[in-house]
Amino acid sequence: MDIPYTKHALGNGLPVLIHEDHRCPIVAVNLWYHVGSKNEQPGRTGFAHLFEHLMFEGSEHYDHGYFQPLQQAGAVLNGSTNPDRTNYWEVVPTSSLELALWMESDRMGHLLPALTDEKFRNQRDVVLNERRQNYENRPYGMVVMAIVDALFPPGHPYHWLTIGSPDDLRAASLDDVRAFFSRYYHPANASLALAGDVDPDSVLAMVDAYFGGIEPGPAVGSVAHGGETAREARLVMEDAVELPRLYLNWLSPAIFAQGDADLDLVADVLADGKSSRLYRNMVYERRIATDVAAMQQSRELCGFFQLVATAAPGHTLAELEAAMSAELAHVAESGPTSAEIQRSLAQAEAQFVYRVQTVGGFGGKSDQLNQYNVFVGDPGYFGRDLQRYREATPASVAASARNVLLEAPRVAVSVVPRGRLDLALPDSAKVVCS
Amino acid sequence: MIAVDRSRLPTPGPDPIVRFPEVSRRVLPGGLRVRTVEHRGVPVVSFMLLLSSGSAADPVDRPGLAALTADMLDEGSGSRSALEIEDALSSMGAQFETEVGSDATVLSLLTLPRFADEALGLLSDIVARPRLAAEDFDRVRELRLNRLRQLRDLAPAVADLALARLLYADHPYGRLPIGTVRGLEGSAPVDVSNFHREVWRPSQVTIVAAGDATHDELFGVVEHAFGWWTDPAPGHDSAVPVARNVMTMAAPFLPTAPHAIVDRPGAAQSELRIGQVAVPRLTPDYYALLVLNTILGGQFVSRLNMNLREDKGFTYGVRSGFEFRRAPGPFVVQAAVQTGVTADAVREILSEVRAIAGPRPATAAELDLAKSALTRGYARSFETAGQIARGLAQLALYELPDDTLEQFVPSVHAVDIDAVTAAAGRLDPARMTVAIVGDREKVEPGLRGLGIGALTVLEAEA
Repeated sequence: MDIPYTKHALGNGLPVLIHEDHRCPIVAVNLWYHVGSKNEQPGRTGFAHLFEHLMFEGSEHYDHGYFQPLQQAGAVLNGSTNPDRTNYWEVVPTSSLELALWMESDRMGHLLPALTDEKFRNQRDVVLNERRQNYENRPYGMVVMAIVDALFPPGHPYHWLTIGSPDDLRAASLDDVRAFFSRYYHPANASLALAGDVDPDSVLAMVDAYFGGIEPGPAVGSVAHGGETAREARLVMEDAVELPRLYLNWLSPAIFAQGDADLDLVADVLADGKSSRLYRNMVYERRIATDVAAMQQSRELCGFFQLVATAAPGHTLAELEAAMSAELAHVAESGPTSAEIQRSLAQAEAQFVYRVQTVGGFGGKSDQLNQYNVFVGDPGYFGRDLQRYREATPASVAASARNVLLEAPRVAVSVVPRGRLDLALPDSAKVVCS
Repeated sequence: MIAVDRSRLPTPGPDPIVRFPEVSRRVLPGGLRVRTVEHRGVPVVSFMLLLSSGSAADPVDRPGLAALTADMLDEGSGSRSALEIEDALSSMGAQFETEVGSDATVLSLLTLPRFADEALGLLSDIVARPRLAAEDFDRVRELRLNRLRQLRDLAPAVADLALARLLYADHPYGRLPIGTVRGLEGSAPVDVSNFHREVWRPSQVTIVAAGDATHDELFGVVEHAFGWWTDPAPGHDSAVPVARNVMTMAAPFLPTAPHAIVDRPGAAQSELRIGQVAVPRLTPDYYALLVLNTILGGQFVSRLNMNLREDKGFTYGVRSGFEFRRAPGPFVVQAAVQTGVTADAVREILSEVRAIAGPRPATAAELDLAKSALTRGYARSFETAGQIARGLAQLALYELPDDTLEQFVPSVHAVDIDAVTAAAGRLDPARMTVAIVGDREKVEPGLRGLGIGALTVLEAEA
């Protein structure tokens, strides 16, 4: 399996990746800017994401909302921001590709003349509501703030969340918007992928016509930071929840780095599906938990690994912690069985196939090409990505579980119903996030 | 060299021509209907098994039984335990999901063609030979009771249920599929096995197979796995409740629209649901209602979202929709808005509904935008095998004609401004029910000032 593509560079340095797929009369346009919340400064958090919202509010030559003309053309469109990157995409009928390129290039080359304080204040209010909806008013929604706060030292680019803090969002100014755009939004810091019903030569000429004249802009270097230092912490947070939940967190390798794929497999073995070790032990057999999950959160500078479980009524987080630590120790010491590794590999291989079913959107082929191009400099990394899982062995998985998890400090956060601090892991320090 | 003209947007080219997949239809001896579609290019096969029965069939005193039964299916069947089923599916990299809605239960299975035969064999064990054992029942029911408990914290779920209760009361659409604590606690293993025997019959099932294989290969896989399955003999223990038929029951008549609030002291936002009982899927003005809703609240640039989000910044997003079901389903506007603007948001929503149904009907430009968005975007609905299978399963559920997919674009094009105006007559702004989950002390005074009528206080149910 792979995603065949051609790679080109415009005169201003903008990389253009083209993949042909003529099964459906649609084209995905996918544009990554290599900027995310890791590029923000303390005191101005949430800015990269707020800026993403403004990119839909109009540009110099089309100073209206971006949704109307694209929806009228039958497109679906969206964007997203995470700590490492921001992406924008449209999936359009083939006959409306030029419209999408016109609009993407106008907001890359000509955004600032259309920016007004009114748009800025409106979208700041929308983002504050996004934060209320997805974090403040959601059960367990605030815990992730306590987790990144404790895992990453102050000043580290992952110390804050992409959604930002309300005070910082309110303190941001239009001058901040202009400076941010000038620094990060230009061809030298972007990657454009097109996938779908296109003819590569003519589409490349069209891309060059629309994007080729945009100034390359300054090169953007990697983010300077003082590195990570793992430390042990035990925290507890109260929330409007019925059942207590435990989050165990460790610093872990960066995306595509040595050990990253091993930790995906550790997560599978521990908590993917009913027959995984933790689910079977805690939910299926002993019924001390209502759910359990494990994730390797891969990021560009460094990752973090999470084990999460919710206590069944009448059970304590200390019981969960004991069960989780015991299974983790077992995997780290004896490794997964070869049957477990084979099952995880079969799932990984199938997932790679399922991922190439769509040309665009979040996670379609165009997004995938950009991810590989931006993070490893090779859009054709698909096969090598899969190879990482094929090369994993029980011994390598055990070694990663031992080095990264079992023998490393961890941040344990208990979330308990209000007034029930007694349900937390013993000796946890109370934290409040807002 | 392409000339770039930034003085105006490029006009979209001709509408895309959507090539509809050819559908082959056959029936197995037990009455199970099979639909197959060849979808080449990616080596996957998607199976969508549709049972034309969902939570609306819950016995009156067992809310949640349909979903509990569906959840029990893969807890051991044929010769395998629950863990062995899970192991077998994951060893193939297959994705298996169960969804229970009001009118239907859908089991979906995505797999690689080389595993299709084995995966479908498992699916037939799951569906037709489940063990439904007492010890598995206890565990699964306990998990669902805990899930219900957790849903009481989740404002969107509390609001969905509050609106369903207000609009439908004891009608089968007045519950969420997960049911109630009392319904689950009152269910026994025998209820599950009786419900399974009564409802899970091949004559009530359609399997759609779409993917990288020929019609004959896809049909052969389904036939091999399900060809033996026949309806069980009629009759059951008459002491146990029977499945209900939603088509024989009407939603309650409400002389005035009831409104309610579920108190969540300190909530950062109010979760709003505003709606009324509307129409069934087979309503003759289906396409006009689709277009109407697209204009009102069905897309980003709808009136509701442009007003509440893009103009006022009250919310991250607001949307509306007709829930087209077998019996008349609700029309619902939903949004989460910051606490301080709750009454303003309710007023704006009601005022937009009032406007489109009266003084400010849809314009020609809005009509054109909505129709273009729906028709030009239609090709996207058939990109993956799973999308195709799901689309065809919907046709089977509502017993829609075979050419419904082909007729979508012309049917939407045929909607004119008079049809949209007439469709707007389905909305009755004076009788819209308002359900709110939020900080009562902060929002109630403003709501009373709206003059919408009495507001009762509901407990978060479970």
